[in-house]
Amino acid sequence: MSKDANWHVFSALGRPLLLDVKTGGLHELDAVARDVALAYGEPRTEIIRRLGPVHTVQAVAEAIEEFDGMVAEGRLSRPDTPDEPYMPQGEVLVKALCLHVAHDCNLRCRYCFGNTGTFGMTRELMPERVARAAIDFLLGRSGARRNLNVDFFGGEPLLNFDVVRSTVEYGRKRAEAQGKRIEFTITTNAALLDGDVAEFLDENDMLVVLSLDGRREVHDRMRVAQGGGGTYDLVAPRVTKFIANRSPDSYFVRATYTRANLDFASDVLHLADLGCRSISAEPVVGGRDSWYGIRMEDLGVIEREYERLARLFVQRHARGQGFSFYHFNVDLDGGPCLARRLSGCGAGVDYLAVAPSGGLYPCHQFVGRPEFLMGDVFNGGIDPELVARFRNTHVYTKKGCAECWARFICSGGCHANAYASSGDILAPDPVACAIQKKRIECALAVQAILTDRRREALAQEAHMLPSNAVTQGKGA
Amino acid sequence: MAQGKATKHIRTVSEGSMKAGLGAGGCKECQASCQSACKTSCTVGNQVCRQRGN
Repeated sequence: MSKDANWHVFSALGRPLLLDVKTGGLHELDAVARDVALAYGEPRTEIIRRLGPVHTVQAVAEAIEEFDGMVAEGRLSRPDTPDEPYMPQGEVLVKALCLHVAHDCNLRCRYCFGNTGTFGMTRELMPERVARAAIDFLLGRSGARRNLNVDFFGGEPLLNFDVVRSTVEYGRKRAEAQGKRIEFTITTNAALLDGDVAEFLDENDMLVVLSLDGRREVHDRMRVAQGGGGTYDLVAPRVTKFIANRSPDSYFVRATYTRANLDFASDVLHLADLGCRSISAEPVVGGRDSWYGIRMEDLGVIEREYERLARLFVQRHARGQGFSFYHFNVDLDGGPCLARRLSGCGAGVDYLAVAPSGGLYPCHQFVGRPEFLMGDVFNGGIDPELVARFRNTHVYTKKGCAECWARFICSGGCHANAYASSGDILAPDPVACAIQKKRIECALAVQAILTDRRREALAQEAHMLPSNAVTQGKGA
Repeated sequence: MAQGKATKHIRTVSEGSMKAGLGAGGCKECQASCQSACKTSCTVGNQVCRQRGN
């Protein structure tokens, strides 16, 4: 196992950092410690011989001792330690469904991975009886899990709003009767997001993902109406009105970037300027051979753009104009447990997608591929071979992941992206991997900066308190 | 904040949480990653743990 797989030394936003992959610990290094970290594991005399003339023998010896001490204290993992053996265990339970309530769409986005909403199937809406059967299926297959998720997806789910509404009501009632809770989310293009819909989404505490690509010309180039013509002027006012009174943790405004806007940081800032406080921007799926698809040769530009975005992000925060960017939300002191990180996205195991007819697929991106049809919501059974195949697709079976420093944060990446790029869910898309790794490095650097600022603010606050305030506060 | 011997060349931003996570982990009550915002790319590391009340 290479050392980088356990100690990842990198620089982002001008900060040399060490990610201790096994613990998730993050450490900022000075120039000496950076070079020593890269050489750590070689004989001490060799490190001193090589780096002494660059940094002074004393400084190099100090840095080695600091690393030795942290390893001895258990604050850093040993860089040569192999991972524990991993075998997926336990009962297979379902915790989340993506309901394709509409295989139809009122837009004709040029980059749609769902073939303008049909996913290669017929243009149809999910009947209420299928949606209810899906809820019953989820509750019946969820075992002891209390917190379940259902996402309304399409196509455009608001084309089937009556079924969305009745399914939420039905799901709430059924879940409550079983002592469970279903969190409902919806992914919409916002074209039909009027006052009535908004009121329903608000009343039911639904997390809403709204598609808006950023600057008008960027959005209008790809997200066009059925009759042609851009949809920015239709959608942007609806999005901004909808989110105006919502808390940032109850929505995401989600942009897709393509080869045509590799300066996507400007789109993220545009969304922030519109008042969006929770933003996500993702590279377009598929289209690798088309004019808009992301190519290997674009990676250098994209990596620099994430650095630019990260710098702008922390600048905005410093000015009191902060916002949340989905891919920078790495919680250094919390986040999911190792078991969750190893099991990956859960597609095909605890997360399934339901086609309008009730057919079950490993996730929304596999819908319409007959070789991935896993069963249906009426019979309750799921193809055990497909479940086993997806369950055994994790960082220790996917090509290259076990040796990758990002394995516990990306968790092996998107199986559908892997399949789309290589025809094999075990062979990750190298373009997606490169983007993922750069995003994580930027996220870690952003978190390092924000952590520093929080500590400085706390220190300042403590300094400004009258000397007896701390004592008084302790009793409170 | 980091506990242990003071260091001059290394400044700890976070001690990390994955060791602690092993003890509390595996309940599978957290959100499916594709249900939150992405829908096109899996990033498990930025999910929230319900057990820790984060």
